[in-house]
Amino acid sequence: MTALGDYRKREESISYSVESAGMGETHELLSLNIGPHHPATHGVLRLIATLEGEVVRDIKPIIGYVHTGIEKTAEQKSYWKAIPVVERMDYLSYYFNAMAYCGAVETLLGLEVPPRAQYLRVIHLELNRIMSHLVWLGTSALDLGAMSMFWYCFRERETILDLFEMSSGQRMHTRYFQIGGVFEDIPLGFAEKLQKFVDAMPARADQYADLLEKNQILLSRLRDTCILDEQTLLGWNVTGPLLRAAGNPWDLRKAAPYSSYDHFEFKIPVGSVGDNYDRYRVRHAELYESTKIIDQALNGLPEGPTIADDRKVVLPPRHELATSMEALIHHFKLVTEGFRVPEGEAYYPIESPRGELGCFVRSDGSAKPARVHMRDPSFVNLQSTAPMVKDSYIADLIATLAMVDPVLGGVDR
Amino acid sequence: MEIKREALPQDMDFRSRQLMSRDMLRGTLEDEDLERFVEQAVMTTTLDKAVAWAQGNSIYPMTFGLACCAIEMMSIVAARVDIARFGFEAFRASPRQADLLILSGRVSTKMAPVIRRIYDQMLEPKFAISMGACCSSTGVFNNYALVPSDKFMPIDVHVPGCPPRPEALAHGILKLRDKIQHNEREGWRERYDAVGTEEVVAVAAGSDSGKAGGPISITDRHGVALTASTGEAAGA
Repeated sequence: MTALGDYRKREESISYSVESAGMGETHELLSLNIGPHHPATHGVLRLIATLEGEVVRDIKPIIGYVHTGIEKTAEQKSYWKAIPVVERMDYLSYYFNAMAYCGAVETLLGLEVPPRAQYLRVIHLELNRIMSHLVWLGTSALDLGAMSMFWYCFRERETILDLFEMSSGQRMHTRYFQIGGVFEDIPLGFAEKLQKFVDAMPARADQYADLLEKNQILLSRLRDTCILDEQTLLGWNVTGPLLRAAGNPWDLRKAAPYSSYDHFEFKIPVGSVGDNYDRYRVRHAELYESTKIIDQALNGLPEGPTIADDRKVVLPPRHELATSMEALIHHFKLVTEGFRVPEGEAYYPIESPRGELGCFVRSDGSAKPARVHMRDPSFVNLQSTAPMVKDSYIADLIATLAMVDPVLGGVDR
Repeated sequence: MEIKREALPQDMDFRSRQLMSRDMLRGTLEDEDLERFVEQAVMTTTLDKAVAWAQGNSIYPMTFGLACCAIEMMSIVAARVDIARFGFEAFRASPRQADLLILSGRVSTKMAPVIRRIYDQMLEPKFAISMGACCSSTGVFNNYALVPSDKFMPIDVHVPGCPPRPEALAHGILKLRDKIQHNEREGWRERYDAVGTEEVVAVAAGSDSGKAGGPISITDRHGVALTASTGEAAGA
């Protein structure tokens, strides 16, 4: 039997009827289907929850409802043309997807990225992290009934997207990162606008805390709910804010710095209990830390080129095309065939807003990647939902799902 | 021409008011012109138009996000675009209470039947916007996994972009409002066999009907059962 047929068979074998758990007449188990269309699943996740009364005994996530075949599509495109499709995997952290992919290809090529490009990458990555956390905070608070948070968070998100639009021309899926650096230098006025945002952001984050952390309903829904200890999380390969909330300060920006992250001073927020409240607090504290990194990167921005100077890989500057035959040939070769990458494999992990985002690229020496695979943190972290919510109330399942923050585009790819 | 003005009787109905206005204008305008003038200028608000006006101005979109575009769909409710200015901000989580399905993102082959069922569950009048390149044409991906939404359901408005800006979606919704208010249905529904597809819960006739636990069956408009009723009750 094919894998698909097998899957269908298993899916159809799920019984939704009430079944006795052998604990007398009043104790029976109920299978409840949540999703794929459900506002609290943050996308098209389907959960089959086994309930005993109001208590969740087990959940089975069923994924694949936004499977887009991005990894396969990337194999059919030349290296630099695969960036836009790779960006669309985890649609809240597009700069991170591009960074992981570009980093892997740069490793294969042995390409050095100029310092200014590295700093610009850091600025955009951290802006993206704030943006992702803001969308998470707004929608999660919405799930917990704190409606006004949504408007506050999306206000700041719009400011960040304006900055993205300024530097790249697009709000989402900007394709700002190129292999070898960034697409263009930041335009005039960007630095001032960014500085204004950086100055305002800590006060905004304080505002969020004031709104949420004095709210009794929110506190009782988050505090001491769905605790999972560090060892179990490590057993599930969970990374990112979920692991840090349990007290493990694992962050690839510190553990294995990339793109000049070792130049900046910042702290890794960790939790102590590992409950939903810590998961919220860790991400909230990261808003401040990311702002600090942006401030340092912006004020220490080195001068120099924004992209590597390897004409076999990087497009020549536009003005050279009119005067240099060689530049024209390079341009033609790059645009039609693309560049060839030496045979080999590379895995490039970075710290995305949700955890370790790694891109594995295998090259067979041609101009197209032989395999592109993403180790997406949403996919791995989603597995930990079941042990988290076991034996807790179904209302806590919604809160936990919000705090796990899975992005289904990244899960299904 | 002398026009005599009189107070209209209170109980005069709409149709007779239209006829009277036509009489008043006879001589100034003739035949077709007169008809058009009466239709457009004098008494534009026929009941259908009033209904279309109301429908177009109170669209309840459904809370239904698929992928990237869903984030931009959320931002139309936020402060900058603020779709509440036009009266479309009341997102409803249940298809029964919504009348606009915004397909925001890529539609995979696994999701397509789910979306069609959700669309069928919505009550008339219902509309659909295909937001973004993916669900209009599979966009940048164009591979085995995706299916354009036009293949399986009627779409009223396509909003291009990857993803479209919130302003673009707001523009699309306003286009849909124009479409509803000018009744430009264009026969989409019939072509997709999407008229009257709401699932109806019918209580089977018989002595036990209406009581709790009685046999119920869910059928589509052709009377084809969508879920089977319980075994022993079928004979009753």
